[in-house]
Amino acid sequence: MPRRRTWFLIGIIVVFALALWVLLPIEGERFGRKGIQFGLDLQGGVRLVYRADLSQVSPGDEAEVIDGVIAVIANRINPLGVTEPNIEKRGKDQIVVELPRLSVTDVQKERIGRTALLEFRELIEVPVEGGEEGEVEKKWISATAFIDGQEKVLNSSYFKENTYVARDNFGGIELRFEWTEEGSKVSEIVTGRLIGQPMGIFEGDVPLLGDDGTEIAPIVQSIIRTSGRITGLSVNEATELSSQLNAGRLPVPLESVGELTIDPMLGEDFVELSVKAGIIGILLIMLFMTAYYRLSGLLASLSLIFYGTLVLALFKLIPVTITLAGIGGFVLSIGMAVDANVLIFERMKEEFRTGQALGAAIEGGFSRAWTAIRDSNVTTFIVCLILYWVGNSIAFGGSVKGFALTLFIGVAVSMFTAIFVTRTFLRLFVGTGLAQRSSFFTPYSGRK
Amino acid sequence: MMFNIVGKRLWFFSISGVLILISAVAWGVFGLKPGIDFASGSITTLSFEQEVSQAELEQVLAGLGYTGRVESNPQGDFIIRTTRLTAEKKAELKGNLTEEFGTINEKGFENVDPVIASETARIALFAAFGAAIGILLYVTWAFHRMPKPFHYGACAIIALVHDVLIVVGVFSILGATLGWEINLMFITGLLAVIGYSINNTVVVFDRIRENQHRGISADFEVVVNNSLVETLSRSLNTSLTTVVVLAALILFVGTSIQNFAVTLLIGILAGTYSSLCIAPLLLVAWEKGKWGRFFLRS
Repeated sequence: MPRRRTWFLIGIIVVFALALWVLLPIEGERFGRKGIQFGLDLQGGVRLVYRADLSQVSPGDEAEVIDGVIAVIANRINPLGVTEPNIEKRGKDQIVVELPRLSVTDVQKERIGRTALLEFRELIEVPVEGGEEGEVEKKWISATAFIDGQEKVLNSSYFKENTYVARDNFGGIELRFEWTEEGSKVSEIVTGRLIGQPMGIFEGDVPLLGDDGTEIAPIVQSIIRTSGRITGLSVNEATELSSQLNAGRLPVPLESVGELTIDPMLGEDFVELSVKAGIIGILLIMLFMTAYYRLSGLLASLSLIFYGTLVLALFKLIPVTITLAGIGGFVLSIGMAVDANVLIFERMKEEFRTGQALGAAIEGGFSRAWTAIRDSNVTTFIVCLILYWVGNSIAFGGSVKGFALTLFIGVAVSMFTAIFVTRTFLRLFVGTGLAQRSSFFTPYSGRK
Repeated sequence: MMFNIVGKRLWFFSISGVLILISAVAWGVFGLKPGIDFASGSITTLSFEQEVSQAELEQVLAGLGYTGRVESNPQGDFIIRTTRLTAEKKAELKGNLTEEFGTINEKGFENVDPVIASETARIALFAAFGAAIGILLYVTWAFHRMPKPFHYGACAIIALVHDVLIVVGVFSILGATLGWEINLMFITGLLAVIGYSINNTVVVFDRIRENQHRGISADFEVVVNNSLVETLSRSLNTSLTTVVVLAALILFVGTSIQNFAVTLLIGILAGTYSSLCIAPLLLVAWEKGKWGRFFLRS
């Protein structure tokens, strides 16, 4: 027995040293991991969720289209200078963009998801809904043409990727474009039909506005076959549009369906506050445990330090992205970590009452508490698994996932520390003079 | 010295009965207030360079036609809840506020579209069902070795429902009085509470089974009472340590994690109480088959 005890102690010291080495310094690289990763709510940044409109995409091509969208967004984000941008597909048609530690202006955000798909529309007269007989109103509808029996919408997806900005003879800004082969066929039919009528230019359902704030809707002068120009835009708008129309064009329209922006400054406060809350919580628990369970409690407090170090080292290694809720999970797991010790100490107390010596009380207490410790953690594991799935399945599930992960790791490690670490510490006292005084190890012993 | 908890079961049942009644009424009358996670909408967090009071801000927002609620956090930022703001609407809101109060800093912005919100609500519902099934399976497994598995399982689940109802009741009241909304973290907290509550009950039931096996008394009432007293300090100590860390979290971190921590706090208090004073006592009442007489006797 004493030999096994020594090995356990050495093992614990080695694990603790390893955990400390992994953890400190926080920014030091260990096994390829550096620093502790914080979620958006703690380090600030932006999370944008878009839904791609795949209604015009032929079945089977969706995945490819989404990949295209992701590539375009990546290009648009580059100039913002984010160190670890994360763009991923979610579900069938959603795209999540995460830009940690970055302040992004509203204008920049809008540019990230900008479709840059210009659609040409014609003005038609439709009966007023619910209006009187014969009453009509004017409405912009997509200008289309039938090519080989298929209806095609005239839009900028038929632009060649050589759109550029130029000035006309009077110094006005022009956006010049050329039609692709198919585009020129559609354009020929549409413009042929619309001679003398206005043609609207829309981005989504929003009309393109000129420098003077009015809608750009030129009158078609002649049939357009190969190339065209859009006039009236401001220099900035024209430049931006031409670059997005070329390489940076999104294949399908995107709709912003969710956003989470947190100022990096706001997050910093939370890290500091939660660390404070965690430390105060742990200190209070140590104080309570030592006051109530005496020497056993003090040893449990020592294993709590071991526990905290090991869990944090695991957070860094795995790595676990720490969110505010994740800190909540960690803090909760500290409370639960103590539970295993409490269960054991209460059993030890009973063993002492039956007149057992320290060694027997420790072994009896641990073995009899084991089933309760095991059973009582199973439900927590079940809940953690479900929550992890939830966190993974929804757009803003980062917090839930963080909570599930930290709680799971915390509870798993707490079983280990309570059973191996505290027991090994306690066994050190078996056979020493202190072992004779059971009042050092448990409350109310000796009485009754 | 021996506490007689079991003998006072009428008291405990009455206390729980009243709490559940209040919770059910509060839930029925006020309902839970869904936050933007489930109902869609926007939350804008702003700070102003010049001194602005919450009342002033509320007045201006009402004047602009926004009906949402305004909160402030300890850092002096204002949290404005509105219906979903599009980019244009948000620019308009910020423009109006700048005009009124001078320079503003945007500290945070959250926007949830109805599509995402309904998806979140659906998944939260799935999770609740999943957890219910998981817990039922666990209870069946954990109690199959007990003498009357169905009795034990049913009592544990009644205690669980008791805890969930109380948390829901408290949040209905907090929603009606302080405008607290339930979000995804509320559901997370609720599931964590379910796990915790079952844990506690299992520890107590385990002890009952053990004591019955050892045959410490022929009277089931005595067996249960002894088991309760034996596990009392464990249950209280564990809850105490957990409550302490949660209280630290509520006190120091505040607003953003408050709902979550309060959900856990109330759930853990209710769970500790029900695992000691409801689940085992229901077991005794059931075992003795004296439901009718027991309510007459005081």
